[in-house]
Amino acid sequence: MSSHVKEHHGHEHQPLGGRVLTLPFLICAALVAIAGVILFQRYTQGLAAASNLNDGYPWGIWVAIDVVIGSAFGCAGYVIALLCYILNRGEYHPLVRPAVLASLFGYGLAGLAVLVDLGRYWNFYHMMLPWYAQPNSVMLEVGLCVATYTLVLVVEFAPAFLERFGIEGLRAKLNKVLWVFIALGVLLPTMHQSSLGTMMVIVGHKLSPLWQSQMLPVFFLLTAILMGFAIVVWESVMASLNFRRPMETPVLSKLSDLMLVVASLFVVLRFVDLIVRGQIGQIFGGPQSGWFIAEMVLMISGLALLIPKANRNRSRALFLAASLLLAAGILYRLNVYLIGFTPSVGPWHYFPSVKEIMVTVGVFALEIALYLLFVKKLPVMHAVHPEHG
Amino acid sequence: MSKNMMSKNKTSVSRRGFLRNAVKGSAAAAAAACTTVVAAPPEANALVRPPKPLPPDAVGLLYDSTLCIGCKACVTACKEVNHMPPDVGPAQQGWNAGGGDQPIYDSPVELSARTLNVIKAYSHGTGATKDAAENGFAFIKRQCLHCADPSCVSVCPVSAMTKDAKTGIVNHDPSACIGCRYCVLSCPFGVPKYDYNDAFGEIKKCQLCKQQLAKNELPGCADVCPTGATLFGRTEDLKAEAKRRTALKVGEYAHFPRGDIAGKVGGPRSGHEKLVEAAYQTHIYGEKELGGTQCLAVSAVPFDKLNLPTNVPENGYPTLSEGIQHTLYAGMIAPATVFAGLAYLAHRNTKNHTDE
Ligand code: SF4
Ligand code: SF4
Ligand code: SF4
Repeated sequence: MSSHVKEHHGHEHQPLGGRVLTLPFLICAALVAIAGVILFQRYTQGLAAASNLNDGYPWGIWVAIDVVIGSAFGCAGYVIALLCYILNRGEYHPLVRPAVLASLFGYGLAGLAVLVDLGRYWNFYHMMLPWYAQPNSVMLEVGLCVATYTLVLVVEFAPAFLERFGIEGLRAKLNKVLWVFIALGVLLPTMHQSSLGTMMVIVGHKLSPLWQSQMLPVFFLLTAILMGFAIVVWESVMASLNFRRPMETPVLSKLSDLMLVVASLFVVLRFVDLIVRGQIGQIFGGPQSGWFIAEMVLMISGLALLIPKANRNRSRALFLAASLLLAAGILYRLNVYLIGFTPSVGPWHYFPSVKEIMVTVGVFALEIALYLLFVKKLPVMHAVHPEHG
Repeated sequence: MSKNMMSKNKTSVSRRGFLRNAVKGSAAAAAAACTTVVAAPPEANALVRPPKPLPPDAVGLLYDSTLCIGCKACVTACKEVNHMPPDVGPAQQGWNAGGGDQPIYDSPVELSARTLNVIKAYSHGTGATKDAAENGFAFIKRQCLHCADPSCVSVCPVSAMTKDAKTGIVNHDPSACIGCRYCVLSCPFGVPKYDYNDAFGEIKKCQLCKQQLAKNELPGCADVCPTGATLFGRTEDLKAEAKRRTALKVGEYAHFPRGDIAGKVGGPRSGHEKLVEAAYQTHIYGEKELGGTQCLAVSAVPFDKLNLPTNVPENGYPTLSEGIQHTLYAGMIAPATVFAGLAYLAHRNTKNHTDE
């Protein structure tokens, strides 16, 4: 396997081209339409008409999956920008644009999902008005950070647009100040991804001691980085398979070293944290211990797969490891926000309704449809030499 | 680029050894970090902020479960003075549908967006004896406790939940609220509720009848309580009364006031003498729980049986979450420093990558 990705000055990135109205695109569009119908009910009849949300579980999958997990999916741009521009690793360059695009949709749609969940959505702009601000609120910090970061992603992605439509003058100007946005694009996710963990510290005794800890912000930052890497691998392999492009295995294999380090750190810290808090016994017995074990099995098998060095150069093993680590990150976040949570008073139950699930599916379908549209029409993917096809 | 890729053929043994050492090293560092963050005593832990004290003139309610006869007059009065619609519990829905939308009979079983105050019953075994944990029954009143250090106020991003500096009453302003329901999620006592059946739902909770107090009238529940089981007053006075009651012995005659313990709000009213029939628990609920609350409860039955959280710390959870937040973002110095470093590196490195 040799270098597929050539530095190709002038035409570094190319639109993939091809038909837009493919079967996957149409399926996604249909799913988005279904979600639209359900949202009509939600906005005309209230949250109960579309969801099983209740006062014991005021936050369901629209927060836990669409926002908390969805924004971690959007960390691809964060980790690649960190590697490429902060740690100055030029070899990750081909991954930048697709990663930033994936992040843009991940975050943009997390923001959209917030509007689906907010009970008094017409007041949402109060979050941006200083005279309403409540500076002790972790949610305010998360909200402002996420909103700003989405704008930063738009700017980071703008060169692809400007290039496509030949607006070179503006593009050159933007390139001069892009470093400011790149720096913000690394700072903001570091802040709000860890704060997503801090958000659950205040629920105290309602979150099982398997997850409740002052270390929540650290664990959320680690899973954000890990899931960011895993999504880059995932998306690269999927793009190679679906668009018949050569695998980017050599670059990805370097990412896998980093995934291995971050995942090991997560596992070690999780156990040390449980020991220090005197809760290690909770792993055995206790109603939610199975979920903790599942989380750990996924994480450890994902990282174990990456320990033999040969595996890090095999696209199949890489893909499998990335999938396992991604699943571990998803489950960790779901455990903290939903599964490990028990309301303090009353016999409350929550399992997402079919309608609720269809809205979440619709949000992710919209993300995929837009991604397909953009990579076909805009210079997102790195140009590939035809002789390697 | 291809040079980078070929440099991988060094011995993997040393790499693995390196990883193993890295993991060992990080484990030690992690242990140290966790110990300082999680296990340090609150006063030594930088990630914990000091608890908030009660305002000296904080007001609240004292609920005495042994005096409560379960008449639910307070539930009705609360609905009246706060103009709340009737609410029908699931078990009553079959016969209590009423004509059209309105049920005939108000029968809430839990706090909700339609019910700010509810009396719940505990029963065990034969349920024969009042205020006995074994084969007995007891009542509990549920409403907002008006915490000294309220989670709901700490989490609200838009200042819709606020704590009055003088009275300590925790108010809610629906015109500011964005309906995120973080207050619902965070309240350690499960108090604020949202109306999920309304396209324009609001958050609802007891606001200690601030509109009544403004007219120098008692909160609805304390006003109508026939036995003095619900008493209004300054929290300090209520706490003293709660201490007096928990020290009473079975078989003693004692005086029990009604309405406002100081007799000022809503005019004085007569109390009564009564024989103490069941031994009080020494625990005064709300004295220490989660930084203390302005509304207190005493009972003869342990509070965990009455479905109140009892295994909770003495400092409110905002001391932990705001502690993390304030340490990391104090004066925005840390983020600004990190930004400066990142900006420097990004500036330098984007210049190297000529084309982008
Ligand atoms: S009991 Fe709940 S709603 Fe009432 S002040 Fe305390 S935290 Fe807020
Ligand atoms: S639901 Fe309203 S009052 Fe409650 S935290 Fe959100 S904005 Fe504040
Ligand atoms: S103080 Fe007022 S709002 Fe609160 S429970 Fe009593 S009557 Fe209801």
